[in-house]
Amino acid sequence: MSAVPATAPEIVPEPDPDTGAGRYIGKRVRRKEDPRLLTGRGQFVDDIVVPGMMHVAFARSAIARGTILSINTVGAREVPGVHAVYTQKDLARFKVDMMNFFFVLPEVEITPLANGRVAHVGEPVALVIADSRHIAEDGASLVEVEYAEEDPVVTIADARRGPPVHPGTENNIAAQMGEEAIDESLDAQLKRAPHLITHKVVHQRISQSPMETRGIVATRDGTEELTLYITCQSPHVVARWTSLALGLPQTAIRVIAKDVGGAFGLKNHPWKEEVAVILAALEFGRPLKWIEDRYENLIAANQAREAEMVLKVAFDANGKLIASHGDYSCNNGAYPQLVDCNIAVQMFLWAAYKMPVYGFLARGWYTNTVGLAAYRGPWAMESLIRETALDVAARRIGIDPIEIRRRNLVTLKDQPTTSCMGIPLEDITPAECLDKLLENFDIAAFRQNQKAARKKGRYLGLGIAAYVEPTGAAGSIVTMTGELAQVHIEPTGKVTATMSTHSQGHGTATTMAQIIADRLGVAYEDVTVFEGDSSRGGFSPGAAGSRQGVIAGGAAIMAGDLLAAKVKQLAGHLQGARPEDIRIEDGMVHVEGAPEKSRSLRSIAEIAYGEPDRLPPGFEAGLEAQYRYQPPPMTLTSAANACVVEVDAETGFVKILRWISSEDCGTAINPAVVEGQIAGGLAQAIGMVLLEEMAFDARGNPTAATFKDYLLPAISDIPDFEFVHAGTPSKSVGGMRGVGEGGAIIGPPTLVNAIADALAPFGEVPVNLPLTPAKLLSVIEGRTIAGAGSAKLTGERA
Amino acid sequence: MSRHRIEMTINSRPHAGDVEARVSLSDFLRDDAGYTGVHIGCEHGVCGACTVIVDGKAVRSCLMLAVQADGAQVTTAEGLAAPDGTLHPVQQVMLDEHALQCGFCTPGVVMTLAALTNDDKKPSEAQLLAALSGHICRCTGYQGIRRAAKKLAGAAGGKS
Repeated sequence: MSAVPATAPEIVPEPDPDTGAGRYIGKRVRRKEDPRLLTGRGQFVDDIVVPGMMHVAFARSAIARGTILSINTVGAREVPGVHAVYTQKDLARFKVDMMNFFFVLPEVEITPLANGRVAHVGEPVALVIADSRHIAEDGASLVEVEYAEEDPVVTIADARRGPPVHPGTENNIAAQMGEEAIDESLDAQLKRAPHLITHKVVHQRISQSPMETRGIVATRDGTEELTLYITCQSPHVVARWTSLALGLPQTAIRVIAKDVGGAFGLKNHPWKEEVAVILAALEFGRPLKWIEDRYENLIAANQAREAEMVLKVAFDANGKLIASHGDYSCNNGAYPQLVDCNIAVQMFLWAAYKMPVYGFLARGWYTNTVGLAAYRGPWAMESLIRETALDVAARRIGIDPIEIRRRNLVTLKDQPTTSCMGIPLEDITPAECLDKLLENFDIAAFRQNQKAARKKGRYLGLGIAAYVEPTGAAGSIVTMTGELAQVHIEPTGKVTATMSTHSQGHGTATTMAQIIADRLGVAYEDVTVFEGDSSRGGFSPGAAGSRQGVIAGGAAIMAGDLLAAKVKQLAGHLQGARPEDIRIEDGMVHVEGAPEKSRSLRSIAEIAYGEPDRLPPGFEAGLEAQYRYQPPPMTLTSAANACVVEVDAETGFVKILRWISSEDCGTAINPAVVEGQIAGGLAQAIGMVLLEEMAFDARGNPTAATFKDYLLPAISDIPDFEFVHAGTPSKSVGGMRGVGEGGAIIGPPTLVNAIADALAPFGEVPVNLPLTPAKLLSVIEGRTIAGAGSAKLTGERA
Repeated sequence: MSRHRIEMTINSRPHAGDVEARVSLSDFLRDDAGYTGVHIGCEHGVCGACTVIVDGKAVRSCLMLAVQADGAQVTTAEGLAAPDGTLHPVQQVMLDEHALQCGFCTPGVVMTLAALTNDDKKPSEAQLLAALSGHICRCTGYQGIRRAAKKLAGAAGGKS
């Protein structure tokens, strides 16, 4: 199949026999990033060493809730090699605004270090500066804190009835949207429907667990200049956030992040520890380094996903959707990076389906646990609960799970239309993705195998799910801007581009180079892309919301075309030819019909930079162009997935036998990069459904503090994924659609549905993640195990 | 804390150091010797990012003390490619198969595969996959890593 669509909007790069464009877009080009990373030459934050640098360790709260009675730092200060111990009092002169990702201030007090009270286990209380990390930890272990401990509010259920986490607030509701009481007419529609499904999903808390933990090196240069090396999702966001938070001019702050070892939503902007290190560096006057260890990352880095939802769905006698209502709650913890009731769950729940009416209540709750942060597809609950509810409904009504989707999905023929929540739909293709998926999977044969296997006591299951996802959003939120491409044909004839993008493994230095090479008619090897430094390029949120391929790809196309036009104008002038008769190919500039006039791009560039007298009148010297691309407000990506599992009825273990992803990402700049993004998201989905769980005991102590307790998927847990690409170009320049988050959104319901299908002979599987062997055995054996059905389930790991 | 004089060969070059007994080999390689390709992901032997080759065997350098490597031959990801820059066969296959994204776990994966395929050892695919189950990659879903292992299985590796 061709990844580059045959029909396309006007500026989609198609293979062009004249310019050679299209030689790289759509190809599985080797990544430019990989040679340095494979040879150990990457530059991650802990690789940075600055003269005079000292090391930071934190003393952290051992309790979930209480008042600090005293902090004794004398013992810590006496350790040889410890130079300072700071508490919040020492840093209070810096009035820091601990803003969220949208640069909005929180409604409750958030300080870098605990300010008189602690609100979760692991909250940083004091910061120790020492000659080495070892010595800093020695010092931190000697900080003595006396607390008046209080009973913590740990779960969402606790939050509903418990005392406020934050003094001075009336209750633990951090954010709320929707109607507290269900609308009467909606209620009536639900009640008189031929089929009404009430479906509950409990989603456990997830640690994003990037392989590189958080970390920062902060150096004060001069009186108000700061250089920050930080592992992040956008150095531009960090610079802007820090500038606003500290009231420093942004030009005084330079943020550098060359290589980042994964982020997945955790590293959107600095939080308590990073800010404390910045302030301590300003206060102490020496460069400071803090590298989070895995224990700190698991207990004290903000986490994600913990939520529960009840969805009512009404169907007519034919299995067509009539009405729906959702009641959603998520755990914000104590200090969320973004106070959130996750409105996107409600907005996108039925976006791909012909649902006439939907009502909801969405609430976010404060608790005495570490705060909420983003994680790949933060609104993924919408797909999980909808797609699992559809399968429950299919079983209840007695129709095929594929058929119930076909009857209700919005197809290309139904568009343009608007979803029940007001999302405009022009070109979504979940139904078409499902059709393509089924071309690659023989359902009838599977059902036969399933039937035969069940007779032998083997339980096979098929899970299907479909979805749409908002990607490439720009223009509605202050942080979510367009992307900037600055492209230079250097006097050497080689091309450099400075992009506002940032890669934490996304491969933007590769994909953007592919685009620019095609648009300029130069070799991929001759294009170098720079990013990862706030002093270069311009603002962008970087990796946030599956956006870089869509928006920066458009910027690269536009800037590349502007520059190609400039080359053609200059070459035409020099050669006495019309610009439209000039073509650039492999770094050579040719005149149509006059092969003797071919010359190198380098010779044109040397003139552009060095011989102003030879330029056309009014021609700006040099060969440079820049373009900030503002895309459509939102670009929707569609997909349908299928997976086959076998559940061992003796052990409750799930084995994934096959997984097919059928997605429509429009133009795939580099299919290997696209598939890498999808596969990574699917692997995280498998972790969420089967393995990962960040739980707390009744005192708010995290029960997972190492990778022996927090189980991440290994190679043995992940199957080979099969990929089908649809390639419907989007309305965005270049026709790309985002794929960064999709796997993590569609993966969970696909796998849950497969498990539920396998165990259907035993009854419904409560969707209470993770679906551990013990929980599945409780379904198989028809018994209720202690704690199953509670979000606080702990200590039952396989 | 006692201090110890140690000497080892790292990537074919001699290196001497004076370390506290508690210093891990991973910290020594990074902080004293400057081989920052040794990545520290968990410091409790689960993630595999810090894997290096010590006397021919893949070792989690976070679980070994620097003093225990006194006199050893150590290879890190920086020492695998040929002096002219030609990538080690494992590195080349990983590159060809898009086996990495952020690259943080990558040096560890490379070292395990190199240790198992060096000196013309010809491990089976199952042996390589079993060894790789001791490496956590949060980005790729292991698709390219598995393809790389399949290509390397039974194939002649490089020299250690």
